[in-house]
Amino acid sequence: MKIAIINYGAGNIQSIRFAFERLGVHPFLSDQAEEIASADLVVFPGVGEASSAMSKLKSTKLDLLIPRLTQPVLGICLGMQLLCKYSEEGDTKGLDIFEVDVLRFNQGVKVPQIGWNTIDQLKSDLFKDVSDKEYIYLVHSYYAPLCKETIAVSDYGIKYSTALKKGNFYGVQFHPEKSSTVGAKILENFLNM
Amino acid sequence: MLTKRIIPCLDIKDGRTVKGVNFVDLRDAGDPVELAAFYADAGADELVFLDISATEERRKTLAKLVRRVAEKVNIPFTVGGGISSSKDVDLLLHNGADKISVNSSAVKNPELIDELVGKFGSQCVVVAIDAKKINGKWKVHLVGGKVPTEIELFQWAEEVEKRGAGEILFTSMDHDGTKNGFANEALRRLSTERNIPIIASGGAGTVQHFVDTFKEGKADAALAASVFHFREMEIHDLKRELKKHNVPVRF
Repeated sequence: MKIAIINYGAGNIQSIRFAFERLGVHPFLSDQAEEIASADLVVFPGVGEASSAMSKLKSTKLDLLIPRLTQPVLGICLGMQLLCKYSEEGDTKGLDIFEVDVLRFNQGVKVPQIGWNTIDQLKSDLFKDVSDKEYIYLVHSYYAPLCKETIAVSDYGIKYSTALKKGNFYGVQFHPEKSSTVGAKILENFLNM
Repeated sequence: MLTKRIIPCLDIKDGRTVKGVNFVDLRDAGDPVELAAFYADAGADELVFLDISATEERRKTLAKLVRRVAEKVNIPFTVGGGISSSKDVDLLLHNGADKISVNSSAVKNPELIDELVGKFGSQCVVVAIDAKKINGKWKVHLVGGKVPTEIELFQWAEEVEKRGAGEILFTSMDHDGTKNGFANEALRRLSTERNIPIIASGGAGTVQHFVDTFKEGKADAALAASVFHFREMEIHDLKRELKKHNVPVRF
């Protein structure tokens, strides 16, 4: 199985690679459109700031490739947010897969949210054998509100989407690669898509 | 609901854990990777590695260690100790560290925080602050708490947040090593005044100390070393007690 991790200089992608390697598969890192398009599965990671991450995608024309991918794609953290329509962070136009705008937490909570929260109201095979109220690790200041594409819900002053799905596109706000055995199970489910 | 985090801290020298640890069931408790994996299985929410080596080779040795930890451990970890440039940070993040912490270097050059936040994002920049109460005022200290400055703790914390740090790791030098409890009064003020997470450090001795630092100190996370290393407290038991006291924790 060929698993591509999109490498556009956005953050800690080694951890994602290592998490897959712990599951016995060996993803490759790439910023080459053809190589990414030929993979069976694509992981779209990202940490950092939305507008600068989007500029990096644009500079390699990956912003044009990603929406056209037809194999299962998993956006992680900022990767998920960039798959949305728009982000308040840096007033950034997104890749417009998920029809939702990403907003900054302003519910009187500490920002960023850092730590382990629960996921609930799970839908989709991505959460096969994962029970409601399992803990996942999050680090983020912006969130995707609930919408028709929501497949997991968390609560941080407000109930919001910790995972989204539309067609072959999946997005998770949390870091499965850092979410202990629950995260590993979710990555394994993605491998079985 | 977001849970309170329990964070074991491992002191590292030349790629090995420093403090004597009481782990008869580990093959090599001096190996930070093995100890880290043990803590991850035991229910630790995060780990902190504090490098205290002073050799020429330290950067390379630490980067190698970080890579081995990232390969094996499936919970987040922070690396600190002697980090003074974005080049240092880049090397650690690229080897798989989730966050880095800066301390003295940020006090000496506060713009370093802005630079790191700009390059790598707030989420991976922890500012560690060591402070001690002198004549009723909390003063920031440098070099592992050895060198006093005239900088006031709460002002520095405010500046650190403004410059974009994602978290503050506050160690009270008055409490560190005493096992008499955390500096909850100062922590409470920090946590109330600041809008970023505060990690409490220094003074952990009993389960009640953790309950108090979450309840009275309003800490978002609590860090400890020897109570865990010497098996005076098992993380799972600690969390069970915290839950009894209505502190939200992950199991």
